[in-house]
Amino acid sequence: MKIVVCAKQVPDTTEVKLDPKTGTLIRDGVPSIINPDDKAGIEAALQLKEKCPGSTVTVLSMGPAQADVALREALAMGCDEAILVTDRAFGGADTWATSSTIAAALKKIDYDVIITGRQAIDGDTAQVGPQIAEHLGLPQVSYAENVEIDGDCLKVQRQFEDRYHIIKVKMPCVITALAELAEPRYMTVAGIVDAYDSKEVKVWGLEDLKDTVDEANIGLKGSPTRVKQSFTKQPKAAGTVLKDLTPDEAVDAIVAKLKEKYII
Amino acid sequence: MSKNVFVIAEQRDGKIMKVSYELIGKARELANDLGQDVVAVLMGSGVEAVAGDLAKAGADKVIVVDDPMLAEYVTEPYAKATTAVIKANDPEIVLFGASSIGRDLAPRVSARIHTGLTADCTKLEIDPETKLLNMTRPAFGGNIMATILCADHRPQMATVRPGVMQALESCDKVGEVEKFAVEFTPADMNVEICEVVKTDKKSVDITEAKILVSGGRGLGSAEGFAQLKDLADVLGGEVAASRAAVDSGWIEKDRQVGQTGKTVRPDLYVACGISGAIQHAAGMEESEFIVAINKEESAPIFGICDLGIVGDLNKIVPKLTEALKKVD
Repeated sequence: MKIVVCAKQVPDTTEVKLDPKTGTLIRDGVPSIINPDDKAGIEAALQLKEKCPGSTVTVLSMGPAQADVALREALAMGCDEAILVTDRAFGGADTWATSSTIAAALKKIDYDVIITGRQAIDGDTAQVGPQIAEHLGLPQVSYAENVEIDGDCLKVQRQFEDRYHIIKVKMPCVITALAELAEPRYMTVAGIVDAYDSKEVKVWGLEDLKDTVDEANIGLKGSPTRVKQSFTKQPKAAGTVLKDLTPDEAVDAIVAKLKEKYII
Repeated sequence: MSKNVFVIAEQRDGKIMKVSYELIGKARELANDLGQDVVAVLMGSGVEAVAGDLAKAGADKVIVVDDPMLAEYVTEPYAKATTAVIKANDPEIVLFGASSIGRDLAPRVSARIHTGLTADCTKLEIDPETKLLNMTRPAFGGNIMATILCADHRPQMATVRPGVMQALESCDKVGEVEKFAVEFTPADMNVEICEVVKTDKKSVDITEAKILVSGGRGLGSAEGFAQLKDLADVLGGEVAASRAAVDSGWIEKDRQVGQTGKTVRPDLYVACGISGAIQHAAGMEESEFIVAINKEESAPIFGICDLGIVGDLNKIVPKLTEALKKVD
Protein backbone atom coordinates (compact mmCIF):
# COMPACT_ATOMS: atom_id res chain seq x y z
CA MET A 1 0.00 0.00 0.00
CA LYS A 2 1.39 3.39 -0.97
CA ILE A 3 0.52 6.00 1.63
CA VAL A 4 1.20 9.70 1.27
CA VAL A 5 0.85 11.96 4.28
CA CYS A 6 0.56 15.72 3.80
CA ALA A 7 2.11 17.51 6.76
CA LYS A 8 2.64 21.15 7.61
CA GLN A 9 5.28 22.79 9.74
CA VAL A 10 3.55 25.33 11.97
CA PRO A 11 4.51 27.71 14.77
CA ASP A 12 3.38 26.24 18.07
CA THR A 13 0.49 28.67 18.49
CA THR A 14 -0.22 27.39 21.98
CA GLU A 15 3.13 28.88 22.97
CA VAL A 16 2.58 32.30 21.49
CA LYS A 17 2.57 35.16 23.95
CA LEU A 18 1.37 38.72 23.76
CA ASP A 19 3.84 41.51 24.47
CA PRO A 20 2.34 43.07 27.61
CA LYS A 21 3.51 46.56 26.61
CA THR A 22 2.39 46.72 22.99
CA GLY A 23 -0.38 44.12 23.00
CA THR A 24 1.07 42.55 19.83
CA LEU A 25 2.16 38.98 19.21
CA ILE A 26 5.71 37.94 19.97
CA ARG A 27 6.48 35.74 16.95
CA ASP A 28 10.23 35.37 17.55
CA GLY A 29 11.39 32.31 19.34
CA VAL A 30 8.12 30.45 18.88
CA PRO A 31 9.08 26.82 18.31
CA SER A 32 8.16 25.21 14.97
CA ILE A 33 6.45 21.83 15.14
CA ILE A 34 4.72 19.33 12.91
CA ASN A 35 1.02 20.26 13.01
CA PRO A 36 -0.58 17.93 15.62
CA ASP A 37 -3.39 16.60 13.39
CA ASP A 38 -0.81 15.87 10.67
CA LYS A 39 1.50 14.11 13.12
CA ALA A 40 -1.38 11.81 14.07
CA GLY A 41 -1.77 11.18 10.33
CA ILE A 42 1.89 10.24 10.07
CA GLU A 43 1.53 7.82 12.99
CA ALA A 44 -1.63 6.29 11.49
CA ALA A 45 0.23 5.81 8.21
CA LEU A 46 3.14 4.11 9.97
CA GLN A 47 0.70 1.80 11.78
CA LEU A 48 -1.05 0.93 8.50
CA LYS A 49 2.35 0.17 7.00
CA GLU A 50 3.11 -2.19 9.90
CA LYS A 51 -0.17 -4.01 9.26
CA CYS A 52 0.50 -4.22 5.53
CA PRO A 53 4.13 -5.25 4.90
CA GLY A 54 5.65 -3.94 1.70
CA SER A 55 3.89 -0.57 2.10
CA THR A 56 5.65 2.76 1.83
CA VAL A 57 4.93 6.01 3.61
CA THR A 58 5.85 9.24 1.83
CA VAL A 59 5.53 12.52 3.71
CA LEU A 60 4.96 15.68 1.69
CA SER A 61 4.98 19.28 2.82
CA MET A 62 4.48 22.61 1.11
CA GLY A 63 6.42 25.32 2.88
CA PRO A 64 9.57 27.43 3.13
CA ALA A 65 13.02 25.80 3.14
CA GLN A 66 13.00 25.47 6.95
CA ALA A 67 10.17 22.92 6.69
CA ASP A 68 13.00 20.47 5.93
CA VAL A 69 13.35 20.02 9.72
CA ALA A 70 9.75 18.87 10.07
CA LEU A 71 10.20 16.42 7.21
CA ARG A 72 13.37 15.01 8.80
CA GLU A 73 11.37 14.47 11.99
CA ALA A 74 8.78 12.53 10.00
CA LEU A 75 11.54 10.47 8.39
CA ALA A 76 13.03 9.81 11.82
CA MET A 77 9.63 8.55 13.01
CA GLY A 78 9.81 5.99 10.22
CA CYS A 79 8.53 7.52 6.97
CA ASP A 80 10.36 6.18 3.92
CA GLU A 81 10.48 9.26 1.71
CA ALA A 82 10.00 12.98 2.05
CA ILE A 83 9.15 15.66 -0.48
CA LEU A 84 9.40 19.39 0.18
CA VAL A 85 7.35 21.47 -2.24
CA THR A 86 8.88 24.91 -2.06
CA ASP A 87 9.17 27.94 -4.31
CA ARG A 88 8.79 31.66 -3.92
CA ALA A 89 6.01 31.46 -6.47
CA PHE A 90 3.93 29.40 -4.03
CA GLY A 91 4.08 32.02 -1.27
CA GLY A 92 1.07 33.96 -0.02
CA ALA A 93 -1.30 31.16 -1.01
CA ASP A 94 -4.79 30.82 0.43
CA THR A 95 -6.35 27.38 0.79
CA TRP A 96 -7.40 27.17 -2.92
CA ALA A 97 -3.85 27.92 -4.10
CA THR A 98 -2.25 25.74 -1.43
CA SER A 99 -4.45 22.76 -2.24
CA SER A 100 -3.92 23.31 -5.99
CA THR A 101 -0.15 23.29 -5.54
CA ILE A 102 -0.13 20.22 -3.31
CA ALA A 103 -2.51 18.39 -5.69
CA ALA A 104 -0.14 19.18 -8.56
CA ALA A 105 2.71 17.57 -6.58
CA LEU A 106 0.57 14.55 -5.69
CA LYS A 107 -0.26 14.01 -9.37
CA LYS A 108 3.41 13.17 -9.87
CA ILE A 109 3.43 10.30 -7.39
CA ASP A 110 1.70 6.96 -7.00
CA TYR A 111 -0.63 6.62 -4.04
CA ASP A 112 -3.39 4.45 -2.64
CA VAL A 113 -4.21 6.68 0.32
CA ILE A 114 -3.60 10.33 1.00
CA ILE A 115 -3.78 11.34 4.66
CA THR A 116 -3.94 14.98 5.73
CA GLY A 117 -4.59 16.47 9.13
CA ARG A 118 -8.06 17.88 9.74
CA GLN A 119 -6.76 21.40 10.34
CA ALA A 120 -3.56 23.30 11.07
CA ILE A 121 -3.15 25.18 14.35
CA ASP A 122 -2.14 28.38 12.58
CA GLY A 123 -4.75 28.57 9.81
CA ASP A 124 -7.46 26.55 11.58
CA THR A 125 -9.52 26.34 8.34
CA ALA A 126 -9.82 22.55 7.82
CA GLN A 127 -10.13 23.34 4.11
CA VAL A 128 -6.96 22.10 2.40
CA GLY A 129 -7.62 18.35 2.85
CA PRO A 130 -11.10 18.36 1.25
CA GLN A 131 -9.91 20.76 -1.47
CA ILE A 132 -7.02 18.44 -2.38
CA ALA A 133 -9.55 15.60 -2.65
CA GLU A 134 -11.69 17.70 -5.01
CA HIS A 135 -8.73 18.70 -7.22
CA LEU A 136 -7.75 15.02 -7.54
CA GLY A 137 -11.34 13.81 -7.97
CA LEU A 138 -11.06 11.45 -4.99
CA PRO A 139 -13.59 10.48 -2.33
CA GLN A 140 -12.86 12.08 1.05
CA VAL A 141 -13.58 10.95 4.58
CA SER A 142 -12.78 13.63 7.13
CA TYR A 143 -12.71 13.74 10.94
CA ALA A 144 -11.22 10.22 11.02
CA GLU A 145 -11.01 8.74 14.53
CA ASN A 146 -10.02 5.28 13.36
CA VAL A 147 -8.81 3.73 10.11
CA GLU A 148 -8.57 0.03 9.19
CA ILE A 149 -7.68 -1.82 6.02
CA ASP A 150 -10.48 -3.84 4.42
CA GLY A 151 -9.20 -5.43 1.19
CA ASP A 152 -8.99 -2.71 -1.44
CA CYS A 153 -10.96 -0.41 0.81
CA LEU A 154 -10.46 1.45 4.06
CA LYS A 155 -12.92 1.34 6.93
CA VAL A 156 -12.98 4.74 8.60
CA GLN A 157 -14.73 5.87 11.77
CA ARG A 158 -15.90 9.37 10.91
CA GLN A 159 -16.70 11.65 13.85
CA PHE A 160 -19.68 13.96 14.08
CA GLU A 161 -20.78 15.98 17.13
CA ASP A 162 -23.68 13.66 17.97
CA ARG A 163 -22.78 10.38 16.24
CA TYR A 164 -20.17 8.58 14.20
CA HIS A 165 -20.29 6.75 10.88
CA ILE A 166 -18.33 3.67 9.94
CA ILE A 167 -17.53 4.40 6.31
CA LYS A 168 -16.15 1.95 3.77
CA VAL A 169 -14.25 3.82 1.06
CA LYS A 170 -12.46 2.38 -1.94
CA MET A 171 -8.85 3.42 -2.49
CA PRO A 172 -7.50 5.73 -3.79
CA CYS A 173 -9.04 8.20 -1.36
CA VAL A 174 -8.27 11.11 0.98
CA ILE A 175 -8.63 10.82 4.76
CA THR A 176 -8.34 13.80 7.11
CA ALA A 177 -7.04 12.84 10.53
CA LEU A 178 -8.07 14.06 13.95
CA ALA A 179 -5.34 14.25 16.60
CA GLU A 180 -7.27 11.44 18.36
CA LEU A 181 -6.61 9.10 15.42
CA ALA A 182 -3.23 7.97 16.70
CA GLU A 183 -0.75 8.83 19.46
CA PRO A 184 2.48 9.75 17.60
CA ARG A 185 5.55 7.69 18.37
CA TYR A 186 8.84 9.26 19.42
CA MET A 187 11.75 9.34 17.00
CA THR A 188 14.48 6.80 17.75
CA VAL A 189 18.15 7.73 17.73
CA ALA A 190 18.69 5.35 14.82
CA GLY A 191 15.74 7.01 13.09
CA ILE A 192 17.27 10.44 13.44
CA VAL A 193 20.58 9.21 12.03
CA ASP A 194 18.79 7.63 9.07
CA ALA A 195 16.75 10.77 8.48
CA TYR A 196 19.90 12.73 7.73
CA ASP A 197 22.11 9.91 6.48
CA SER A 198 20.39 7.37 4.28
CA LYS A 199 17.04 9.05 3.63
CA GLU A 200 16.60 12.15 1.53
CA VAL A 201 14.22 15.07 1.28
CA LYS A 202 13.38 15.65 -2.37
CA VAL A 203 12.85 19.31 -3.15
CA TRP A 204 10.32 20.27 -5.82
CA GLY A 205 9.90 23.81 -7.07
CA LEU A 206 7.65 25.31 -9.73
CA GLU A 207 9.85 23.87 -12.50
CA ASP A 208 9.30 20.34 -11.21
CA LEU A 209 5.52 20.80 -11.24
CA LYS A 210 5.36 22.45 -14.68
CA ASP A 211 3.44 19.59 -16.27
CA THR A 212 0.86 19.20 -13.53
CA VAL A 213 0.26 22.70 -12.16
CA ASP A 214 -1.73 25.59 -13.59
CA GLU A 215 0.26 28.68 -12.68
CA ALA A 216 -2.93 30.72 -12.52
CA ASN A 217 -3.84 28.78 -9.37
CA ILE A 218 -0.72 29.25 -7.27
CA GLY A 219 0.62 31.75 -4.77
CA LEU A 220 -0.85 35.09 -3.81
CA LYS A 221 -1.96 35.85 -7.38
CA GLY A 222 -3.81 32.56 -7.63
CA SER A 223 -5.70 33.06 -4.36
CA PRO A 224 -9.40 33.97 -4.51
CA THR A 225 -9.26 35.22 -0.91
CA ARG A 226 -6.95 37.85 0.44
CA VAL A 227 -6.26 39.31 3.87
CA LYS A 228 -7.53 42.88 4.04
CA GLN A 229 -6.09 43.50 7.49
CA SER A 230 -5.10 41.68 10.63
CA PHE A 231 -5.18 42.98 14.18
CA THR A 232 -4.85 41.84 17.75
CA LYS A 233 -8.10 41.54 19.62
CA GLN A 234 -9.13 44.43 21.80
CA PRO A 235 -8.67 43.20 25.34
CA LYS A 236 -11.97 43.07 27.15
CA ALA A 237 -12.34 45.90 29.65
CA ALA A 238 -10.83 44.59 32.87
CA GLY A 239 -13.26 43.60 35.58
CA THR A 240 -12.66 43.43 39.31
CA VAL A 241 -10.12 40.96 40.61
CA LEU A 242 -10.21 40.31 44.34
CA LYS A 243 -7.49 38.55 46.28
CA ASP A 244 -6.56 37.70 49.85
CA LEU A 245 -10.17 36.98 50.71
CA THR A 246 -11.28 34.15 52.95
CA PRO A 247 -13.54 31.63 51.24
CA ASP A 248 -16.57 33.11 53.01
CA GLU A 249 -15.70 36.63 51.89
CA ALA A 250 -15.20 35.35 48.34
CA VAL A 251 -18.61 33.70 48.37
CA ASP A 252 -20.27 36.88 49.67
CA ALA A 253 -18.62 38.92 46.92
CA ILE A 254 -19.80 36.51 44.23
CA VAL A 255 -23.37 36.27 45.54
CA ALA A 256 -23.61 40.05 45.84
CA LYS A 257 -22.45 40.51 42.25
CA LEU A 258 -24.81 37.85 40.89
CA LYS A 259 -27.72 39.55 42.66
CA GLU A 260 -26.63 42.93 41.31
CA LYS A 261 -26.65 41.54 37.78
CA TYR A 262 -30.06 39.87 38.29
CA ILE A 263 -28.56 36.50 37.54
CA ILE A 264 -30.06 35.16 40.76
CA MET B 1 -25.05 39.55 -11.79
CA SER B 2 -24.70 37.47 -8.62
CA LYS B 3 -27.58 38.07 -6.29
CA ASN B 4 -28.93 37.12 -2.88
CA VAL B 5 -27.56 35.72 0.33
CA PHE B 6 -27.88 31.94 0.55
CA VAL B 7 -27.76 29.91 3.75
CA ILE B 8 -27.03 26.21 3.43
CA ALA B 9 -29.19 24.90 6.24
CA GLU B 10 -28.10 21.85 8.15
CA GLN B 11 -30.47 19.13 9.30
CA ARG B 12 -29.87 15.85 11.08
CA ASP B 13 -32.61 13.23 11.17
CA GLY B 14 -35.03 15.80 9.79
CA LYS B 15 -34.34 18.27 12.57
CA ILE B 16 -32.94 21.66 11.53
CA MET B 17 -29.81 22.55 13.49
CA LYS B 18 -29.80 25.79 15.50
CA VAL B 19 -26.85 27.19 13.55
CA SER B 20 -29.07 27.44 10.45
CA TYR B 21 -31.41 29.87 12.22
CA GLU B 22 -28.43 31.86 13.48
CA LEU B 23 -27.06 32.13 9.94
CA ILE B 24 -30.43 33.25 8.58
CA GLY B 25 -30.41 35.98 11.23
CA LYS B 26 -27.07 37.26 9.97
CA ALA B 27 -28.01 36.68 6.31
CA ARG B 28 -31.04 38.93 6.86
CA GLU B 29 -28.76 41.81 7.92
CA LEU B 30 -26.41 41.29 5.00
CA ALA B 31 -29.28 41.02 2.53
CA ASN B 32 -30.80 44.23 3.91
CA ASP B 33 -27.48 46.03 3.38
CA LEU B 34 -27.37 44.75 -0.20
CA GLY B 35 -31.07 45.28 -0.93
CA GLN B 36 -31.38 41.59 -1.75
CA ASP B 37 -33.12 38.44 -0.47
CA VAL B 38 -32.28 35.62 1.91
CA VAL B 39 -32.59 32.15 0.42
CA ALA B 40 -32.27 29.07 2.62
CA VAL B 41 -31.26 25.75 1.05
CA LEU B 42 -32.56 22.62 2.76
CA MET B 43 -31.19 19.23 1.70
CA GLY B 44 -32.28 15.87 3.04
CA SER B 45 -34.79 13.08 2.67
CA GLY B 46 -38.38 13.63 3.75
CA VAL B 47 -37.60 17.15 4.97
CA GLU B 48 -40.09 19.23 2.99
CA ALA B 49 -42.33 19.53 6.03
CA VAL B 50 -39.79 21.59 7.99
CA ALA B 51 -38.88 23.97 5.17
CA GLY B 52 -41.42 26.45 6.53
CA ASP B 53 -39.41 26.82 9.75
CA LEU B 54 -36.61 28.40 7.78
CA ALA B 55 -38.99 31.01 6.39
CA LYS B 56 -40.30 31.73 9.88
CA ALA B 57 -36.69 32.32 10.90
CA GLY B 58 -36.35 35.02 8.24
CA ALA B 59 -35.72 33.43 4.83
CA ASP B 60 -37.59 34.96 1.88
CA LYS B 61 -37.38 31.69 -0.03
CA VAL B 62 -36.49 28.11 0.76
CA ILE B 63 -35.02 25.80 -1.88
CA VAL B 64 -35.59 22.16 -0.97
CA VAL B 65 -33.57 19.28 -2.39
CA ASP B 66 -35.35 16.17 -1.17
CA ASP B 67 -33.86 12.82 -2.16
CA PRO B 68 -33.16 9.46 -0.46
CA MET B 69 -29.47 9.94 -1.40
CA LEU B 70 -29.41 12.78 1.14
CA ALA B 71 -30.87 10.87 4.09
CA GLU B 72 -27.57 10.72 6.01
CA TYR B 73 -24.69 13.14 5.38
CA VAL B 74 -22.16 11.83 2.85
CA THR B 75 -19.82 14.28 1.12
CA GLU B 76 -20.40 13.62 -2.58
CA PRO B 77 -24.23 13.62 -2.81
CA TYR B 78 -24.37 16.76 -0.67
CA ALA B 79 -21.56 18.44 -2.62
CA LYS B 80 -23.33 17.62 -5.88
CA ALA B 81 -26.64 19.01 -4.66
CA THR B 82 -25.11 22.18 -3.19
CA THR B 83 -23.11 22.85 -6.35
CA ALA B 84 -26.17 22.35 -8.55
CA VAL B 85 -28.23 24.82 -6.50
CA ILE B 86 -25.44 27.40 -6.53
CA LYS B 87 -24.84 27.07 -10.28
CA ALA B 88 -28.55 27.43 -11.02
CA ASN B 89 -28.96 30.51 -8.83
CA ASP B 90 -25.67 32.46 -8.94
CA PRO B 91 -25.81 33.74 -5.34
CA GLU B 92 -23.71 36.68 -4.16
CA ILE B 93 -22.95 35.10 -0.79
CA VAL B 94 -23.28 31.55 0.59
CA LEU B 95 -23.07 30.80 4.31
CA PHE B 96 -22.53 27.38 5.96
CA GLY B 97 -22.50 26.40 9.62
CA ALA B 98 -18.96 25.45 10.66
CA SER B 99 -20.01 22.11 12.11
CA SER B 100 -18.27 18.83 11.33
CA ILE B 101 -20.62 18.66 8.33
CA GLY B 102 -20.13 22.22 7.11
CA ARG B 103 -16.35 22.00 7.47
CA ASP B 104 -16.38 18.93 5.24
CA LEU B 105 -18.92 20.19 2.68
CA ALA B 106 -17.99 23.86 2.22
CA PRO B 107 -14.34 23.35 1.15
CA ARG B 108 -15.34 20.61 -1.29
CA VAL B 109 -17.97 22.85 -2.88
CA SER B 110 -15.72 25.93 -2.94
CA ALA B 111 -13.03 23.95 -4.76
CA ARG B 112 -15.57 22.50 -7.19
CA ILE B 113 -16.81 25.93 -8.22
CA HIS B 114 -13.42 27.66 -7.84
CA THR B 115 -14.25 30.36 -5.37
CA GLY B 116 -12.89 31.61 -2.07
CA LEU B 117 -13.97 30.24 1.31
CA THR B 118 -13.31 31.77 4.72
CA ALA B 119 -13.69 29.51 7.75
CA ASP B 120 -15.04 30.11 11.25
CA CYS B 121 -16.01 33.74 10.75
CA THR B 122 -16.89 35.63 13.92
CA LYS B 123 -17.99 38.76 12.11
CA LEU B 124 -19.62 39.33 8.71
CA GLU B 125 -20.31 42.81 7.34
CA ILE B 126 -21.01 44.46 4.00
CA ASP B 127 -18.50 47.21 3.26
CA PRO B 128 -20.68 50.27 2.54
CA GLU B 129 -18.42 51.46 -0.30
CA THR B 130 -17.27 48.35 -2.08
CA LYS B 131 -20.34 46.26 -1.16
CA LEU B 132 -17.95 43.37 -0.59
CA LEU B 133 -18.46 40.94 2.26
CA ASN B 134 -15.88 41.59 4.98
CA MET B 135 -15.21 38.25 6.71
CA THR B 136 -13.42 38.47 10.05
CA ARG B 137 -12.03 35.39 11.75
CA PRO B 138 -9.46 34.35 14.36
CA ALA B 139 -6.08 33.35 12.94
CA PHE B 140 -2.74 32.08 14.17
CA GLY B 141 -4.43 29.74 16.62
CA GLY B 142 -6.80 32.46 17.78
CA ASN B 143 -4.06 34.87 18.76
CA ILE B 144 -5.00 37.49 16.17
CA MET B 145 -8.02 38.46 14.08
CA ALA B 146 -7.95 38.78 10.29
CA THR B 147 -10.45 40.36 7.89
CA ILE B 148 -10.63 38.48 4.60
CA LEU B 149 -12.03 39.50 1.22
CA CYS B 150 -13.04 37.49 -1.82
CA ALA B 151 -13.07 40.27 -4.39
CA ASP B 152 -13.15 38.60 -7.80
CA HIS B 153 -14.82 35.23 -7.36
CA ARG B 154 -18.48 34.39 -6.71
CA PRO B 155 -20.17 33.38 -4.57
CA GLN B 156 -18.32 34.78 -1.58
CA MET B 157 -18.44 31.83 0.81
CA ALA B 158 -18.02 31.67 4.56
CA THR B 159 -18.53 29.22 7.38
CA VAL B 160 -19.65 30.36 10.84
CA ARG B 161 -19.50 28.40 14.08
CA PRO B 162 -22.68 27.53 15.96
CA GLY B 163 -23.36 29.98 18.76
CA VAL B 164 -21.62 32.96 17.19
CA MET B 165 -24.44 34.71 15.30
CA GLN B 166 -27.93 35.33 16.61
CA ALA B 167 -31.17 34.01 15.25
CA LEU B 168 -34.05 36.43 14.74
CA GLU B 169 -37.30 36.19 16.66
CA SER B 170 -39.49 33.64 14.94
CA CYS B 171 -42.28 35.32 12.93
CA ASP B 172 -45.31 34.28 10.92
CA LYS B 173 -43.51 34.71 7.64
CA VAL B 174 -44.46 32.34 4.87
CA GLY B 175 -41.66 32.18 2.31
CA GLU B 176 -41.73 30.73 -1.16
CA VAL B 177 -40.73 27.06 -1.21
CA GLU B 178 -39.07 25.80 -4.38
CA LYS B 179 -38.49 22.12 -4.98
CA PHE B 180 -35.15 21.55 -6.71
CA ALA B 181 -34.41 18.22 -8.34
CA VAL B 182 -30.87 16.88 -8.61
CA GLU B 183 -30.04 14.04 -11.02
CA PHE B 184 -28.25 11.57 -8.77
CA THR B 185 -26.65 8.39 -10.08
CA PRO B 186 -25.54 5.38 -7.96
CA ALA B 187 -21.94 6.45 -8.60
CA ASP B 188 -22.54 9.59 -6.52
CA MET B 189 -22.70 7.45 -3.39
CA ASN B 190 -18.96 6.82 -3.68
CA VAL B 191 -18.55 5.56 -0.11
CA GLU B 192 -20.62 3.06 1.86
CA ILE B 193 -22.07 3.85 5.27
CA CYS B 194 -21.68 0.56 7.14
CA GLU B 195 -22.98 1.85 10.46
CA VAL B 196 -24.47 4.98 12.00
CA VAL B 197 -23.92 5.10 15.74
CA LYS B 198 -25.60 7.93 17.60
CA THR B 199 -24.08 8.98 20.87
CA ASP B 200 -26.15 8.85 24.02
CA LYS B 201 -29.28 11.02 23.71
CA LYS B 202 -28.52 12.37 27.14
CA SER B 203 -25.55 14.24 25.72
CA VAL B 204 -25.81 17.88 26.55
CA ASP B 205 -25.70 20.87 24.26
CA ILE B 206 -23.82 23.42 26.34
CA THR B 207 -24.46 26.09 23.72
CA GLU B 208 -28.11 26.08 24.84
CA ALA B 209 -27.35 26.69 28.53
CA LYS B 210 -27.85 30.13 30.01
CA ILE B 211 -25.45 29.39 32.86
CA LEU B 212 -22.25 27.37 32.62
CA VAL B 213 -19.96 26.26 35.43
CA SER B 214 -16.72 25.30 33.78
CA GLY B 215 -13.69 23.42 35.06
CA GLY B 216 -10.09 23.26 33.93
CA ARG B 217 -6.74 21.78 34.84
CA GLY B 218 -6.99 23.29 38.32
CA LEU B 219 -9.69 20.79 39.27
CA GLY B 220 -7.04 18.10 39.40
CA SER B 221 -9.29 15.12 38.72
CA ALA B 222 -12.59 13.84 37.36
CA GLU B 223 -13.98 13.87 40.91
CA GLY B 224 -13.36 17.60 41.01
CA PHE B 225 -16.26 18.02 38.59
CA ALA B 226 -18.75 16.74 41.16
CA GLN B 227 -18.64 20.01 43.06
CA LEU B 228 -19.11 21.94 39.80
CA LYS B 229 -22.18 19.82 39.03
CA ASP B 230 -23.65 20.74 42.43
CA LEU B 231 -23.04 24.42 41.75
CA ALA B 232 -24.47 24.15 38.23
CA ASP B 233 -27.57 22.38 39.56
CA VAL B 234 -28.35 25.06 42.13
CA LEU B 235 -27.88 27.77 39.46
CA GLY B 236 -29.98 25.85 36.93
CA GLY B 237 -27.05 25.61 34.56
CA GLU B 238 -24.76 23.05 32.97
CA VAL B 239 -21.20 21.89 33.47
CA ALA B 240 -18.58 22.73 30.84
CA ALA B 241 -14.83 22.25 30.61
CA SER B 242 -11.59 23.41 29.11
CA ARG B 243 -9.59 21.31 26.69
CA ALA B 244 -7.12 20.37 29.44
CA ALA B 245 -9.85 18.71 31.49
CA VAL B 246 -11.28 16.87 28.48
CA ASP B 247 -7.87 15.68 27.28
CA SER B 248 -7.16 14.39 30.80
CA GLY B 249 -10.26 12.24 30.47
CA TRP B 250 -12.10 13.94 33.37
CA ILE B 251 -15.22 14.81 31.37
CA GLU B 252 -16.87 14.23 27.98
CA LYS B 253 -15.73 16.09 24.89
CA ASP B 254 -19.17 17.52 24.14
CA ARG B 255 -18.70 19.80 27.16
CA GLN B 256 -15.49 21.32 25.83
CA VAL B 257 -15.42 25.08 25.32
CA GLY B 258 -12.82 26.73 23.12
CA GLN B 259 -11.07 26.88 19.77
CA THR B 260 -11.43 23.14 19.12
CA GLY B 261 -14.53 22.82 21.29
CA LYS B 262 -17.72 24.85 21.32
CA THR B 263 -18.39 28.56 21.31
CA VAL B 264 -20.75 29.60 24.09
CA ARG B 265 -22.43 32.88 25.07
CA PRO B 266 -24.25 32.17 28.32
CA ASP B 267 -25.57 34.82 30.68
CA LEU B 268 -23.13 33.55 33.30
CA TYR B 269 -19.84 31.67 32.84
CA VAL B 270 -18.06 30.54 36.00
CA ALA B 271 -14.49 29.48 35.20
CA CYS B 272 -13.00 27.29 37.93
CA GLY B 273 -9.35 26.33 37.79
CA ILE B 274 -9.12 27.49 34.18
CA SER B 275 -6.04 29.48 33.25
CA GLY B 276 -7.78 31.22 30.37
CA ALA B 277 -5.45 30.53 27.44
CA ILE B 278 -6.38 32.26 24.16
CA GLN B 279 -7.79 29.05 22.72
CA HIS B 280 -10.23 28.73 25.62
CA ALA B 281 -11.08 32.43 25.75
CA ALA B 282 -11.99 32.29 22.05
CA GLY B 283 -14.87 30.01 22.96
CA MET B 284 -16.37 31.96 25.89
CA GLU B 285 -15.23 35.58 25.98
CA GLU B 286 -18.57 36.82 24.62
CA SER B 287 -20.39 35.52 27.72
CA GLU B 288 -22.54 38.18 29.39
CA PHE B 289 -20.90 37.87 32.80
CA ILE B 290 -17.72 35.95 33.57
CA VAL B 291 -16.67 34.91 37.08
CA ALA B 292 -13.23 33.34 37.47
CA ILE B 293 -11.82 31.43 40.42
CA ASN B 294 -8.16 30.46 40.22
CA LYS B 295 -5.35 30.28 42.73
CA GLU B 296 -2.81 31.77 40.28
CA GLU B 297 -2.95 35.56 40.32
CA SER B 298 -1.21 35.73 36.94
CA ALA B 299 -3.73 33.50 35.14
CA PRO B 300 -4.82 35.14 31.86
CA ILE B 301 -8.49 34.48 32.72
CA PHE B 302 -8.32 37.39 35.14
CA GLY B 303 -7.76 39.68 32.16
CA ILE B 304 -11.10 38.81 30.59
CA CYS B 305 -13.41 38.15 33.52
CA ASP B 306 -15.89 40.55 35.05
CA LEU B 307 -15.29 39.29 38.56
CA GLY B 308 -12.14 37.41 39.48
CA ILE B 309 -11.36 35.69 42.74
CA VAL B 310 -7.79 34.62 43.46
CA GLY B 311 -8.39 31.68 45.74
CA ASP B 312 -8.87 27.96 46.21
CA LEU B 313 -11.83 26.72 44.19
CA ASN B 314 -12.11 23.60 46.35
CA LYS B 315 -12.95 25.78 49.34
CA ILE B 316 -14.96 28.45 47.52
CA VAL B 317 -17.16 26.37 45.19
CA PRO B 318 -18.88 24.20 47.85
CA LYS B 319 -19.49 27.24 50.06
CA LEU B 320 -20.90 29.13 47.08
CA THR B 321 -23.30 26.27 46.38
CA GLU B 322 -24.50 26.28 50.00
CA ALA B 323 -24.95 30.06 50.01
CA LEU B 324 -26.95 29.97 46.76
CA LYS B 325 -29.23 27.23 48.11
CA LYS B 326 -30.20 29.64 50.89
CA VAL B 327 -30.93 32.43 48.39
CA ASP B 328 -33.59 30.34 46.69
